[in-house]
Amino acid sequence: MDRSKTLMRVENLRMSFALRQGTVTAVDEVSFRIPRGRIVGLVGESGCGKSVTGRSLLRIEGPACIESGKILFSPSGNGDIQMHLLAPDSEAIRSIRWKQISMVFQEPMASLGPMHTIGDQIQEAVRLHLKTDKKEAERLALEALASVGMPRAEQAFKQYPHQMSGGMRQRAMIAMALSCSPALLIADEPTTALDASTESQILELLKERRKSLDMSILYITHNMAVIAQIAEEVLVMYLGRIVESASVRGLFAEPKHPYTRALMNSIPRIDRNPAGRLEAIEGDVPDPYSRPSGCAFHPRCPQCISGVCDRMIPEMTRQGRESRVACHLYPESLKIREG
Amino acid sequence: MHLEVRNLTKHFPVKGGFFTRTKGTVKAVDGVSFSIRRGSFFGIVGESGCGKTTTGRLILRVMDPTQGDIWFFPKNEERINLTRLTRKKMTPLRPKIQMIFQDPYSSLDPRMTVQRIVGEPLRAIGTASGSEYLDRVSAAMRRVRLRPEMMNRYPHAFSGGQRQRIGIARALVTGPELVVADEPVSALDVSVQAQVLNLLQDLQERFGLTFLFIAHDLGVIRHICDTVAVMYVGKLVEVGERTHLFQTPAHPYSEALLSAIPRPDPKIKAKPGLLRGSVADASNPPSGCLFHPRCRYRKQQCENQTPMLREVTPGHSVACHFDLDLEGIGTRC
Repeated sequence: MDRSKTLMRVENLRMSFALRQGTVTAVDEVSFRIPRGRIVGLVGESGCGKSVTGRSLLRIEGPACIESGKILFSPSGNGDIQMHLLAPDSEAIRSIRWKQISMVFQEPMASLGPMHTIGDQIQEAVRLHLKTDKKEAERLALEALASVGMPRAEQAFKQYPHQMSGGMRQRAMIAMALSCSPALLIADEPTTALDASTESQILELLKERRKSLDMSILYITHNMAVIAQIAEEVLVMYLGRIVESASVRGLFAEPKHPYTRALMNSIPRIDRNPAGRLEAIEGDVPDPYSRPSGCAFHPRCPQCISGVCDRMIPEMTRQGRESRVACHLYPESLKIREG
Repeated sequence: MHLEVRNLTKHFPVKGGFFTRTKGTVKAVDGVSFSIRRGSFFGIVGESGCGKTTTGRLILRVMDPTQGDIWFFPKNEERINLTRLTRKKMTPLRPKIQMIFQDPYSSLDPRMTVQRIVGEPLRAIGTASGSEYLDRVSAAMRRVRLRPEMMNRYPHAFSGGQRQRIGIARALVTGPELVVADEPVSALDVSVQAQVLNLLQDLQERFGLTFLFIAHDLGVIRHICDTVAVMYVGKLVEVGERTHLFQTPAHPYSEALLSAIPRPDPKIKAKPGLLRGSVADASNPPSGCLFHPRCRYRKQQCENQTPMLREVTPGHSVACHFDLDLEGIGTRC
């Protein structure tokens, strides 16, 4: 594997929350790579650990803890920054945030403060991280707003977040996140709360900006249709583990893991009339306190092999050049060694 | 015929300036007319601010319309105009028209047991008591595949999908004819959404219920609704039978919306370019056709004249000045 092509590598990451009732494992031995300039989709339903995983890449995972594993960031291709070893509030991490790795969220007000104009906020980010003078910061900030297709950018520059629509606030947040031209953007459900028309526009915008900035994106969502539109590679998570990974075309053409297949079959299609009922997955996502033994999906799996799936956690096996799956139905042809 | 809505209108005053005098109005729902057949799933779809939720609330008589009529045809009874009823006169009708809400987390009182939540509509009309009351609550729970033994637990003990089923049980406990479901699955995970949609279809078949299904997700709408109405900034722009509307839409907004929706197929890329700009401002709407500023087929007439809803083929109506050949989704018949 060509190391220089990899921007971010996560190895056997394990994260947990300490709650009154006990420790809950949120991320369970997760390993993946984000290549330079690629859009990687991370998909899963509530409680699968995708958001916590995304936040750990920027070390804003608190209150979760990283128990073990590695987060290796290689922006220049020469050696890795061991993100997991750095203290979250250290100068080292703070110099990476915004400048090298940036994030956008479902709720724009997670990034935008209500008390300052959009222009002021973006300018401040630019000055802080790029160490430019006021004039240059203002120019870059205005450019950032224009580059995200903000209607009447000069006017928006002087507006406060509450004066803008949801779609505009989302664009402002993206402008701020991209203002320092980061190598990696982590997008956590940024379009979930938006109308369909705005959502598609934002997805197109992210794809276009990725091209011009030669940036990687880790796009986190529960929405398979959005994944199909934006991702190039996909990671499917269930209850803290990656159960399948493949190219986006490969995943949709031939989903391997029973969970991935069941998820795709349960989506109501907009392009054809239904042929009877949806194929719903039986049962509910398990309580994180009572994780099923063996494969976490086994109680809901239509192809569960009794004595195997309920006893042993399946390992990730390679099934093709770009396809990997963690399922006992797919015996290893080549066991993956993460590294 | 189960429900007929004629010229339904709801204007909200916009106050401002000195002495809080009314500056203008937001026409949340503006002259909307449609009919719902008994035993069908009638869907209203549209983006935020289109008025679909307000329409649902008006039908439930949670608020009074500014104008218009809502004719309800109860089983084996004379039709009745809901807008002419006082709160008191509406009470005996409430068991027949019930609602399912969107958010299973905020729509259930966390301090009430499931039994109290599901039984609330029964207590409100004061019909059942004692063992009959508990029987009806148990029956409603069983119908949504919840075990009645769970009725003394609190909402927090249940998952999102189960909570939504509690909300559905509450809607069914009085034995309604018409159920207004406002975004009943949008807050649920995909796998759970499928379970709830299947359940609603099963209930509709078993009990002959009529559903007014309000949603923004076109995939869900296509899956479950027989007839679909598209709303834009308070007006109905198109109504038609499901297949027809999706395969051969008649309104440019429907066409643009369908092409902009992301599909779960990486080989088909959404085309957001057709849906330019953003949803019109309801407090300051465009002249003539509300959609004209964003419409790629617009002509001068569109700026000056508001198009009325007219039939293009039997059962398919559109509010557009022209008969356009538009692109839909799926194979054309």
